[in-house]
Amino acid sequence: MACLWGASVFSFIALFALLAVYGERKISAFIHDRLGPTVTGPKGLFQTFADILKLLSKENIMPDAAEKVLFIIAPLLVFLPVFIGFSVLPVGKGFGVAFPNSGVLFLVAVVSIEVIGIWIAGWASGNKYALLGSARAIAQMVSYEIPALLAILSAVIMYGTFDLEKICQAQYSQSGILSFGVFKYPFLWISFVLYFICTLAETNRSPFDMPEAESELLAGFHIEYSGFRFALMFLAEYANMLLLSLLAVLLFFGGYNSPLPFLGEFDSGTIPALLWGLFWLLSKGFLLVFIQIWLRWSLPRIRIDQLMFLCWKVLTPAGLVLFFISCIWKLTEVYSNLS
Amino acid sequence: MKYWNSIQKGTLSVLKGLYITFKHLRKGGKSFAPVGIEDQNYFQQNATGSITIEYPKFEIPVPDHGRYKLHLEEDDCIVCDQCARICPVDCITMEGIKAPGEIGKTSDGTKKRIYLPVFTIDMAKCCYCGLCTIVCPTECLTMTNKYDFPTSDRNEFLFEFANMSAEEVELRKAELAQFEAEKKAAKEAALKLKDNTP
Repeated sequence: MACLWGASVFSFIALFALLAVYGERKISAFIHDRLGPTVTGPKGLFQTFADILKLLSKENIMPDAAEKVLFIIAPLLVFLPVFIGFSVLPVGKGFGVAFPNSGVLFLVAVVSIEVIGIWIAGWASGNKYALLGSARAIAQMVSYEIPALLAILSAVIMYGTFDLEKICQAQYSQSGILSFGVFKYPFLWISFVLYFICTLAETNRSPFDMPEAESELLAGFHIEYSGFRFALMFLAEYANMLLLSLLAVLLFFGGYNSPLPFLGEFDSGTIPALLWGLFWLLSKGFLLVFIQIWLRWSLPRIRIDQLMFLCWKVLTPAGLVLFFISCIWKLTEVYSNLS
Repeated sequence: MKYWNSIQKGTLSVLKGLYITFKHLRKGGKSFAPVGIEDQNYFQQNATGSITIEYPKFEIPVPDHGRYKLHLEEDDCIVCDQCARICPVDCITMEGIKAPGEIGKTSDGTKKRIYLPVFTIDMAKCCYCGLCTIVCPTECLTMTNKYDFPTSDRNEFLFEFANMSAEEVELRKAELAQFEAEKKAAKEAALKLKDNTP
């Protein structure tokens, strides 16, 4: 059963990455008043499939200056944490690979291992651009992790649990969309914006793509990678986008619950519950992925010191304030229930 | 205060940027048939939306006298050799055979006195300056709107315009030789006559 889940999640991630790359190329083209891929397949739909076939048939080049073992395991270290992160997501009422009590904590902890993979990839490449890119990734990581966690924490306090399944159920009621976290506790909108900004930094996407920085570092940490190993890193980036978007959906936008009011729930563990939950979870997640892509093609890359300013001086204080607000809110709720 | 201003400015500029890109995104994705310069509304075209021209499917209409491939109307050529002489890259090769007399008129009424056995333009050398068409006195050498003629063989860029057959060339050469011989004979006869006059 676990094998089946793993295989289906992997094929889903791969398919999503291919379609997301196609979508990104189309969206960026439309923003630039271009057309994007049009020739391969209907509306160029098979362009990314052709690209990945080309990528997989390429030689895996190993630079002489590379640390051989680390160079090989780094792409795995980049991809596997993201893949493992998908295991704790509830995809429908009663559906998921694992339901740990500390799902949020587990997910956040596992996903932050990815940065270590990026660091190893940059260091093991034996290339100064790659090293610079991975140094930036680390500098970026210490900046965005704290506000991201504070934003998540303010949501977690309101639900009173780290269990993602319970967080989802806490956001269900007959009123549909009004029972979602951001509508039930309106200050969570700010938490969401905070978390979303940190998500962009975590997935190394513009305007925070300093570790990659095509124009200055050529490709940053994955400059020496080719063929399948490069494809794995690419896959990890898009899978990470989706994973963090899904976490945002679970924490702030009701997870797999539908926004339509006065519809009942399917019974836990039935196939309709899975399909209905999967549909809403993924549509909300794809919307957030679309916003990430849209932001990437709207904003220029910011400097590393600007990122430091943003994360340490703006987002962290804001996160602390939100944390404080959520504590007060929760305490008032608890005391009003007691009396 | 500066701190709050920077946050406000940053937020507003992000929203403004998103708004601008969304406007383009909304109109994107439509391919269109391009409009040529001869169209009345050329300068009133709506500039938003996709500006990509999918070339083999759509082409920008070019006016009939575009500055592309050269064309010779060989019946109008008076073989004045001006085009070959002005060409800065020497891409025009032409030869002429003098005729005994007038052999016809061009469409604008100029008398033709020379046959045209060879007229070859090497379009691979041509720099599209258009000088040859300017000097042409009978306007028989023109530039056309055809610009898409790539080939894989360099020799296919040699465009032959003269349409005289080999036998005709021989005939005309013989004619000229005979005429010149007659002329020479007549001249000698005239000289003799002059010498003999007392």
